[in-house]
Amino acid sequence: MPLDQRLGRPWRKPPFIQRPWLRWVLGVGTVAYLIAAYMTIDVNWMRVYEGLERGKQFVLAFTSPDFTTRSTDIWGGMLESIVMTICASVVGIIISIPIALGAARNIAPLPVYMICRTVIAVSRSLQEIIVAILLVAIFGFGPLAGFLTLSFATIGFLSKLLAEDIESMDRVQAEAIKASGAKWTQWINYGVQPQVMPRLIGLSMYRIDINFRESAILGLVGAGGIGATLNTAFDRYEYDTAAAILLIIIAIVMALEYLSGFIRARVQ
Amino acid sequence: MLRLEKLVKTYKTGDRALTDVDLVVPVGQVLALIGPSGAGKSTLIRCINRLVEPTSGKVYLGDIELTGLSSGGLRRERRRMGMIFQEYALVERLTVMENVLSGRLGYVGFWRSFLRRFPQSDIDEAFRLLDRVGLAHMADKRADELSGGQRQRVGICRALIQNPAVLLVDEPTASLDPKTSRQIMRLICELCRERGLAAIINIHDVALAQMFVQRVIGLRMGAVEFDGPPEGLTSEVLTTIYGEEDWEATIAKVEDDDDDDDDENTSGAAA
Repeated sequence: MPLDQRLGRPWRKPPFIQRPWLRWVLGVGTVAYLIAAYMTIDVNWMRVYEGLERGKQFVLAFTSPDFTTRSTDIWGGMLESIVMTICASVVGIIISIPIALGAARNIAPLPVYMICRTVIAVSRSLQEIIVAILLVAIFGFGPLAGFLTLSFATIGFLSKLLAEDIESMDRVQAEAIKASGAKWTQWINYGVQPQVMPRLIGLSMYRIDINFRESAILGLVGAGGIGATLNTAFDRYEYDTAAAILLIIIAIVMALEYLSGFIRARVQ
Repeated sequence: MLRLEKLVKTYKTGDRALTDVDLVVPVGQVLALIGPSGAGKSTLIRCINRLVEPTSGKVYLGDIELTGLSSGGLRRERRRMGMIFQEYALVERLTVMENVLSGRLGYVGFWRSFLRRFPQSDIDEAFRLLDRVGLAHMADKRADELSGGQRQRVGICRALIQNPAVLLVDEPTASLDPKTSRQIMRLICELCRERGLAAIINIHDVALAQMFVQRVIGLRMGAVEFDGPPEGLTSEVLTTIYGEEDWEATIAKVEDDDDDDDDENTSGAAA
């Protein structure tokens, strides 16, 4: 269109979907589907009314948490959770570093890349609870199963995210190290590691945080930790004890959050 | 010293970056490689130390054919080729000293380098070099705290501590201001003279190249289009290398030279 015709006419951003009929069908269709879908959710209002009372007790229990009655169970479970978290995180991180190197396309040759990516995919596709159930079946009840579960889950999480950071590193910095005649290990140590270190530390801290929270869940399927104590408390309707446990978990997670923020600020 | 025979590089995409390049660089000669973007300058330099694997042809450093070397042999020979990069390519989270010492990686074992326990002679040499480029007081700063010119000087130290026979220099001034560009070019050429080093310098700035080097190679579409002294770069030659354009300003700038680009007047005192 010539400029003099163009001038004086408004301009609008071209729509994402060009064909008007398709745009309308998709828009109206989505809204209609959502309405229909929400209408299929069956709500029994009588049941909700009864449940509110129980919910209220649960919440009120937080005003009078009971740390003392079951204190031996709580501290035992908490200690077990912490040990599980630390051991699993350390083992998981140590194993995931070589796997991350192998899963970065700009470092690893194709066959190694495929193997490492497969390991990551397997680890990520199996949810912690499912792994825990399997491992409890193999190793029996107790923290060993929980420790192995968390280690396994850490590998998938950390390797994937670290590999992505390695893939997006600055190639030229690494190239400069290679040009000096460095060996492969030296190249990783000088050219790659400094670039991904802050990310590795940040991810590790985050994973410790996740592992601790997971360890509270794994007890539900018998894999040790505070979760077992928590489960027992619920089963006995000892909401005040459960509240005490939850408060401790919240406190520890907040402490970890603060710590990881502090550490990440330092390593930038 | 350095000899290229019928060097060809064809990228996987089918782009022919280099076509039959023959080149001999004698000991101690500083040579500028000019040419438009995409002419294959960077590829040529990287084919020499095989950061880019040449498709065919041969590269000799002294008597050793680099193109036929195993990875171990290549590592040994890479120690004799110092490389200086366009965007400095310092490892930003390492200290200046670590960056300089990384030039010695080819000479020390993994554990020594991992624990940062380099031989005293390397450490002394690193401090001598940093002092030579005026950065000894910056040794423990992190590389990303430095300015562009300072970083490039660290890059030069890293290349020189390898004790190389030849320097491969890829656009050393591309991200620097005009004054710093001159200082860096002057420093590189001085150091090459002091140490009798041969150097291939990739450079966009024709005027700057003419100022400092003894020989100019013009590359166009992966082939050598011009090979001669800097005075030989006439308008016609530049047109064959780069295409039609008014070149008088570029050349004129060189001839009245050693004083200035218009945007800075103090450079006579520089360096």
